[in-house]
Amino acid sequence: MKLPVFDYAAPDTLAEAVALLAAHAGEARPLAGGQSLIPILAFRLAAPSLLVDLRKLPGLDTISISGTGVSLGAKVRWCDIEADSKLRAAHPLLAAAVAQIGHYQIRNRGTVGGSLAHADLAAELPGIAVTCDAEIIAVSAAGSRILKAGDFFLGPLMTALGADELIVELRLPPWRVERRWGFEEFARQRGGFAMAGVALFYDEHNGLARNTHIGVIGASSRLQRITIAEAVVNGRVVDEQTIVAAAQAAAAAVDPVDDVDASAAYRRALVATLVERALRRAAA
Amino acid sequence: MKASFTVNGKRYEVDVEPRMTLADCLRHSLGLTGTHVGCEHGVCGACTVMVDGSAVRSCLMLAVQADGAAVQTVEGLAHGDTLAPLQTAFRKHHALQCGFCTPGMLMTAHALLSVEPNADAPRIREVLSGNLCRCTGYLGIVDAVLEARDAYRKSGAGVGG
Repeated sequence: MKLPVFDYAAPDTLAEAVALLAAHAGEARPLAGGQSLIPILAFRLAAPSLLVDLRKLPGLDTISISGTGVSLGAKVRWCDIEADSKLRAAHPLLAAAVAQIGHYQIRNRGTVGGSLAHADLAAELPGIAVTCDAEIIAVSAAGSRILKAGDFFLGPLMTALGADELIVELRLPPWRVERRWGFEEFARQRGGFAMAGVALFYDEHNGLARNTHIGVIGASSRLQRITIAEAVVNGRVVDEQTIVAAAQAAAAAVDPVDDVDASAAYRRALVATLVERALRRAAA
Repeated sequence: MKASFTVNGKRYEVDVEPRMTLADCLRHSLGLTGTHVGCEHGVCGACTVMVDGSAVRSCLMLAVQADGAAVQTVEGLAHGDTLAPLQTAFRKHHALQCGFCTPGMLMTAHALLSVEPNADAPRIREVLSGNLCRCTGYLGIVDAVLEARDAYRKSGAGVGG
């Protein structure tokens, strides 16, 4: 469908952008790459009165890697992440997940901030943010605040972001070089939204796994780490027995949606299979 | 709202509603109907054009967002009656039947080969996965893009466009 009617502004500064959001609180939506927002408008699932285009805002497009972790500006695009060879070493799980996002054309426009704000349950970056205990930095006219990813995603297309707030940065904690990880997802078509996906990692100490993080996308009504499955892995050798036990625990813990793409039972079984694959990949 | 951008090197000034997509602007405001509009929500790839050198879905971009940009469309590929190497290869390999998806296929492939002239078949398939074709079964399209690589290796991004 054609898009509903809206006004458009392309402010030059962050201060002007958040002032516009505040002045039209609840009626304005920020626009970056538009790869989620424009389809939402085309489907008439949202009808904001004003789009605040962020394209002229300086900065917000920086990828920085340091001892404190990986920082991604809100306007960093998927193709920027793909092109950054340092990032592949600094955060291989992020790189693997981003490689699965959308299609070539979408990766040229879609942004970090847009994906977080859109909060599709099957989207890769929100899943990585939750799995890695990332922090999301949001700015409003009143100042900035840090939101933990685990508290940020409230449900399908719902976040803790205020109507007058703008995401400016995603901070991922430092990645240990020896960390073992896996990312697996399953979609009917290449580039399509996954029916389910799994992001996980653990650190190995004296042959035993510890600090296990397991996140599932597309198979629960809320993005959260699957702590029950993590507990199964922690303190154990990641062998077939552990892998199968963790997969079963994860499948039992998720709360899959039942929709036209897949039944809840199918998604639950898929979660078990994907946890198995991801743990095998991690342990290999 | 006014916006100014170039399309295939020619400057255009448009005055459009903010809600008008770049795809509709190209077709309706500028009469450049080579760019096709299929799904209008970013799935089919028929509307693919290049903006500042990158392949993008013009149905997921507002015309006003293109202000200041350089847009390339399928009309810019051929030189008069001389087809671009990709177009010649598409004809040779029967890479189109109804032709509806073809402008998007060509612009996606042109964007790819301009940057990655040595893209192999798996890479080409990966990139073309964002463009739906309901006629050909894709084999001819992949063959055509593979064959067109030679021209891009020789002359870089100066092939068509």
